Amino acid sequence: MEVRRIEALPIRSSDDVVRVRRQAHNWASELGFSPVDLTKLVTAASEIARNTLEHGGGGSARVEEVRRGVRVGVRLTFEDQGPGIADIAQAMRDGFSTRRGMGLGLGGAKRLVDEFEIASQAGAGTKITMTRWK
Amino acid sequence: MEQTPILKVGPFLLVTIQVDMHDRLVQRLQTDLAERITATGARGVLIDISGLDIVDSFIGRMFGDIAAQARILDAETVVVGMRPAVAITLVELGVRLQGVRTALNVEKGMDLLQAAVAGEEERVGGSPD
Repeated sequence: MEVRRIEALPIRSSDDVVRVRRQAHNWASELGFSPVDLTKLVTAASEIARNTLEHGGGGSARVEEVRRGVRVGVRLTFEDQGPGIADIAQAMRDGFSTRRGMGLGLGGAKRLVDEFEIASQAGAGTKITMTRWK
Repeated sequence: MEQTPILKVGPFLLVTIQVDMHDRLVQRLQTDLAERITATGARGVLIDISGLDIVDSFIGRMFGDIAAQARILDAETVVVGMRPAVAITLVELGVRLQGVRTALNVEKGMDLLQAAVAGEEERVGGSPD
């Protein structure tokens, strides 16, 4: 996968969540994503950015324009140093929530993107990478 | 502090969401609406989201909370103007907007509110003869 450009953003407040959404929106829009693809990507970004803020106690996001062969897409990486997730399989299930919310964050976001990776350990933070191709 | 304008149109309150809302603004709207319903005795709330790019699980839940809270205060809530891509994404995300009435646009939403309020008055104040 070739990375064409990168924008790193902090996630410290709900305004930062909006900034991450906007960045993903702008680049997906520039790449010519369809309205549905764009909406799915930006919604997934919003869900996970909020998780980073609420569950992870804040962290950072990286928005990247990527290319693989003839395909172009947007990859989003979220990292926090929060409490982490002890049981990832359980956390991915709809309805599971450690804090407020409906617990749709992880499982729901995964359905909205083409590629979804999560690495987390209790006490060692969480890293989530998602890609949506045009 | 930032605020979403709430307009009074006859017996209803109209909210047009035009900006990408951060979470605190969403929570503020919920509180403001409860206060305005109580202060004005409004019978319905119309929320126009045609300007919204996305509705995520947080905003979706807020619509449910607003509708539930309005119902307790004797007002109906209708969410109008959802973009097709937003509806498709919400279903995929697993957000069902339970308890939230929707209409395609402001006009249809107003019709729905008027019908709901009229229907209720008929039941409550039905002619004694």
